[in-house]
Amino acid sequence: MGNIVVAIKQVFDTEAVIAISGGKISDQGVKLVVNPFDEFAIEEALKIKEAGGADEVTIVSVGGEKAPEAIRTALAMGADKGIHVDISSLGVIDEFVAAEYLAKAIATVPYDLVLAGRIAIDDGSSQVAVRAAEVLGIPSVSSILKLDIAGSTATVSREIDGGTETIEIPIPALFTAQKGLNEPRLPSMMGIMKAKKKDLTVLTPADLGVDATAKSNVLEYSLPPARAAGKKLTGEAADTAAELAKLLREEAKVI
Amino acid sequence: MNFNLTEDHNMIRDMVRSFAETELAPGIEERDEEEHFGIEFWPKAAELGLAGVTFPEEYNGIGADYISYAITVEELSRVDPSFGVTISAHSSLGANPINMFGTPAQKEKYLSKLASGEHMGAFGLTESNAGTDASGTKTTAVKNADGDYVVNGSKVFITNGYYADTYVITAQMDKEKGNKGIAAFILEKGTPGFSFGKKEKKMGIRSSATYELVFEDVVIPKENLLAEEGQGFKVAMQTLDYGRIGIASQALGIAQGAFENALKYSQERIQFGQPISNFQVTQFKLADMAMKIDAARLLVYRAAFVASEHKVPVSYYAAAAKCIASEVANEVAREAVQIYGGYGYTREYPVERFLRDAKITEIYEGTSEVQRMVVSSKVLKDGPVL
Repeated sequence: MGNIVVAIKQVFDTEAVIAISGGKISDQGVKLVVNPFDEFAIEEALKIKEAGGADEVTIVSVGGEKAPEAIRTALAMGADKGIHVDISSLGVIDEFVAAEYLAKAIATVPYDLVLAGRIAIDDGSSQVAVRAAEVLGIPSVSSILKLDIAGSTATVSREIDGGTETIEIPIPALFTAQKGLNEPRLPSMMGIMKAKKKDLTVLTPADLGVDATAKSNVLEYSLPPARAAGKKLTGEAADTAAELAKLLREEAKVI
Repeated sequence: MNFNLTEDHNMIRDMVRSFAETELAPGIEERDEEEHFGIEFWPKAAELGLAGVTFPEEYNGIGADYISYAITVEELSRVDPSFGVTISAHSSLGANPINMFGTPAQKEKYLSKLASGEHMGAFGLTESNAGTDASGTKTTAVKNADGDYVVNGSKVFITNGYYADTYVITAQMDKEKGNKGIAAFILEKGTPGFSFGKKEKKMGIRSSATYELVFEDVVIPKENLLAEEGQGFKVAMQTLDYGRIGIASQALGIAQGAFENALKYSQERIQFGQPISNFQVTQFKLADMAMKIDAARLLVYRAAFVASEHKVPVSYYAAAAKCIASEVANEVAREAVQIYGGYGYTREYPVERFLRDAKITEIYEGTSEVQRMVVSSKVLKDGPVL
């Protein structure tokens, strides 16, 4: 097997405070990281390469002007080269458009295997990678926990209700990684120093010649309602227990 | 002028922070309580390149700048100041004198293993009667018939002692010459006559190793003389000049760690029906802590910048950074305990540990008084600093 492509997305850090300003989610002062599920995909690709199962690992990311930071983190972990599809000129895009760009960018390099995270922790659509597989005309399996490759066949497992499903599938194919597939490594100091010397190609929408307009449109973002204050019952145990039962039945409607 | 860190620096900070939070944070209370040295974290730290940040690639180092090193020690110490000083003493005191003064053969043999982390390093300068005053060095080295050196004496308070594989030590060769009679040597663990004495029981950084080194007719081969005979004091002073950047970074990390805990706690602790961070008395404490840390960080990174540039001597910059950062660490950790109140005084919460850990940064690798001597001698000689 020759090359593995890993599709990654730069997302808000899990501890970031979400704020809305001017109808958009504000990225002011927010720390950006590689989507944690994509780290499993990167790690799996590196493990396959280190075991002699691939020659090269290429990182592809469709994203704005800061996306190269995420790509360089993957290069610091040990990936060989990166491709940034710079969509900062496009404004807001949907999953359909993102999948079109991602597929076209993947197709600029030879690939035998495409890996991605099963979900991005920001918008959580779980669509882009598998839709890119459709565009590329290759099979895909989502949320895998195990990946073995022998010749031109991949054997993958994933969790299903009440058990595990094992699937055999010809490659090239696309798989999305579930937590549990592996333990992603930290980039080493040497990896970080070497990352900036690795190839990072920037492609613009024009370079890819994609003609796609969003099929869905976000009308509004809103924050979840603030949690209402709790109620404290005081008095004799027997009275408060009766009061609690009444409130749970009539107000909270849980019993 | 540019105060921004590079993308590499930010990535290094993320990596070291992640290592510290996932590997070092669990069990830190027990390691402190039991005075357990965290040797088990060494191989992973070495694998990540933390043992050789500033050393040349040709000797298995990373070849990164001193700001990368400062960030590394700062981030380790933000979580575990004991492991922070383990890395600092190894790099700045154990490996750096060989990097600065070693012959190519010495670097090949020793630095390449220290920088990769295969070996751990330590530095033996201090003696029971020679602390700030290194001229009181009583350990002696006498040349034998083969031209090798026979060393007798002992060293105290040696960080990484017992666990380190390679030691740079100083010994007096000609008492008449005072500091100019001192020589520095590279000494391997396991050399006949070289043993370890008492393990110190300390107030803070209790999970770092601090041992006495004992030399009884230890024969050090002539090829392990570092620099020249009589240059040991110079080796030690220059080593400490750079080493202070490590301790300044450790102090900065302690201040940062104590502050983050206090900041969070102040927003959670309810008194008089509201978080104590709503009270101006707490807000002013937090403001002072934040400003002091910020000022210390600028001095520490500037010293690191000067050390990387190699254009002017680092001694003033490192002394100023170490003095201010260590005092800020103590002030911030003390206020952090105050914000926690009674809980802060218990071992249930991390701030009392930060306070105990902070104190040593005003003492080792030159006390605050020594740093003030360095600073005053500079301003008296060259005029006010600009």
